[in-house]
Amino acid sequence: MVPINEIKSKAMPLPLPNIDTDQIIPKQFLKRIERTGYGDFLFYDWRYNLDVPDSVTPNADFVLNKPEYQGAQILIAERNFGCGSSREHAAWAINQFGFLAVIAPTFADIFFSNAGKNGIILVRLDDEQVKTLMDRSIKNPDHIITVNLEHQTVTDDAGFKATFEIDPFRKFCLLNGYDDIGLTLRHIEDLDKFEEKHNNEFWSAPKLATK
Amino acid sequence: MSTPKTLFEKVWQQHLVAEPAGEPPLLYIDLQLVHEVTSPQAFEGLRIAGRKLRRPDRHIATVDHNVPTTSVEDRLHIVDQIASKQVQALRTNCADFGIEFFDVQDASQGIVHMIGPELGATKPGMTIVCGDSHTSTHGAFGAMAFGIGTSEVEHVMATQTLPQSKPKTFRITVDGELPFGVTAKDIILDIIGKIGTDGATGYAIEYAGSAIRALSMEGRMTVCNMSIEAGARAGMIAPDETTFEYLKGRRFSPQGDAWEQAVAHWRTLPTDEGATFDREMHIDAATLAPAVTWGTSPGMHATIDGKVPSLDDARSDADRKSFAKAYEYMDLQPGMPMEQITIDTVFLGSCTNGRIEDLRAAAAVVKGHHIAAKIRAMVVPGSQQVKRQAEEEGLDAIFKTAGFEWREPGCSMCLGMNPDILQPGERCASTSNRNFEGRQGRGGRTHLVSPEMAAAAAITGHFTDIRKWKSAELNLATKQMLAEGGSL
Repeated sequence: MVPINEIKSKAMPLPLPNIDTDQIIPKQFLKRIERTGYGDFLFYDWRYNLDVPDSVTPNADFVLNKPEYQGAQILIAERNFGCGSSREHAAWAINQFGFLAVIAPTFADIFFSNAGKNGIILVRLDDEQVKTLMDRSIKNPDHIITVNLEHQTVTDDAGFKATFEIDPFRKFCLLNGYDDIGLTLRHIEDLDKFEEKHNNEFWSAPKLATK
Repeated sequence: MSTPKTLFEKVWQQHLVAEPAGEPPLLYIDLQLVHEVTSPQAFEGLRIAGRKLRRPDRHIATVDHNVPTTSVEDRLHIVDQIASKQVQALRTNCADFGIEFFDVQDASQGIVHMIGPELGATKPGMTIVCGDSHTSTHGAFGAMAFGIGTSEVEHVMATQTLPQSKPKTFRITVDGELPFGVTAKDIILDIIGKIGTDGATGYAIEYAGSAIRALSMEGRMTVCNMSIEAGARAGMIAPDETTFEYLKGRRFSPQGDAWEQAVAHWRTLPTDEGATFDREMHIDAATLAPAVTWGTSPGMHATIDGKVPSLDDARSDADRKSFAKAYEYMDLQPGMPMEQITIDTVFLGSCTNGRIEDLRAAAAVVKGHHIAAKIRAMVVPGSQQVKRQAEEEGLDAIFKTAGFEWREPGCSMCLGMNPDILQPGERCASTSNRNFEGRQGRGGRTHLVSPEMAAAAAITGHFTDIRKWKSAELNLATKQMLAEGGSL
């Protein structure tokens, strides 16, 4: 994971609640076995006109296709962003399209976890704050927002300033670009010790007792 | 005496490997279930890092999401080359890393959340994960089970642990007797409607109360399965005699003395008297009615005798916006009676309602009838075992005589990753778990219902109040089935 701290960018407004991972990346792209190349499929069903068979053209009305929002590294949405399926492909698609932060009032649990493992900062602000930023980005696509992870702040040139909460461990991993497995393996002695005891607790073994 | 604990707290504490300062607790994972869609990148990650799978004996794999359900031949030779490659990747990965794999025509193949319980791999007090949000299903056994992303799948493969922040606890007590025609599906849809699709975000739910206790394991799995649709990390039900009865004698269940010891341990798991939860909710089962979703989120539902709600019924501005978008997508008008909504397709199956009891209940409704003109109806057993059992009981004949297609096991039309999809505008009565836009196929319109309600809709061609179903006939069919050795 690439270390991340400050993102200063225009923001893409997506003023909808409950944007589920089926919308973020539809199921047909989950058949791939690769970990990259998902950016082109982000919000596929909203992003392309697919009514004519075998013809895929961009839907000019959808915000992702609007020239004035190209290059945005921040996505703004309403509550419960990322609900539904556990597909990490949703986080891959958002990241690989070029977003480094998503601002919303709330996020669904599994998506929240997936995003953190893919170098995406999820910023939870209250409804009013999100609305303020959303309105400014709708009115002015070039409106610049700054997300600073180290200081846990969101600011803009028009005087907006908010702080956001983030789990200190998550913050530490994002700032340093650390991968979880390596971090967990620092606790290998605890794990070996636990497992030795737990191996005897046969009722929690998935298969027949392996004593 | 020690402090009273909840079921969740007991399972959590029994799996704590480490609690390092400034980091989330490290939790031991007893079982990881693996399927073709969310695993290839995890195996690739292990290979790149030169890591081994720490505990192959704590992994079980099968194929379910991608596999066609049309015929054995179609399953063995998947036409979609991308899907075929993904299935083949799982075969290779399981062989390379030593994971027991239930391949497409194995007698134990099925939807991953069906086969864990069927094999007896899912047991009370375990921690279970899978790269699939409906892993919450296994909580029906008193296990702590939750869906994870692919990075976490890889993490569990490498370490058999997960760093996990501790969720809060939420007890939902459903007391009383369910009225005729009201099922486990209606309980969970009611809960999601009441608390919202993010109502339980950050919580592990425990379902309790006499109505939950009275449910079979199949019904309990239906309830726990959809916990994620309310945003919950997990949904759990305390193990009891019903649980033990279900597990006894299964392939991976302990036997003899070990069985007795296991049961003794499992009896210590239920929530202690006096234990407290972060949040509580009570529901009177007698007030429930058969539910039908009308919109594009599982919380958007009405009772069968109700109407598509109006914008005035929305609880917030956000809901109003969602309602407006849903009317358009679903092509429905506010105020329209639910019973007047006509359908094109019926899908009976999925990890929510693809179990034997679901098929029995639907068959009892269908028996002696034929599906309405122009309806496409399919039954997709959740697993090979369910399919065999249903065929032994003659349920397949009942469905086929009534005009249903009888398919091979898999996820099928629940998520449309295989050839079973809805066409744009096609309206489906589905026993699955998600009615998101495009979930069952781009432009497809999904209405979530119980198996009984799906069956009745197939016969009449529109949503129909199962409570008013020619009950004499229904009872007769039920009696006949019981006489033939089936059970409800």
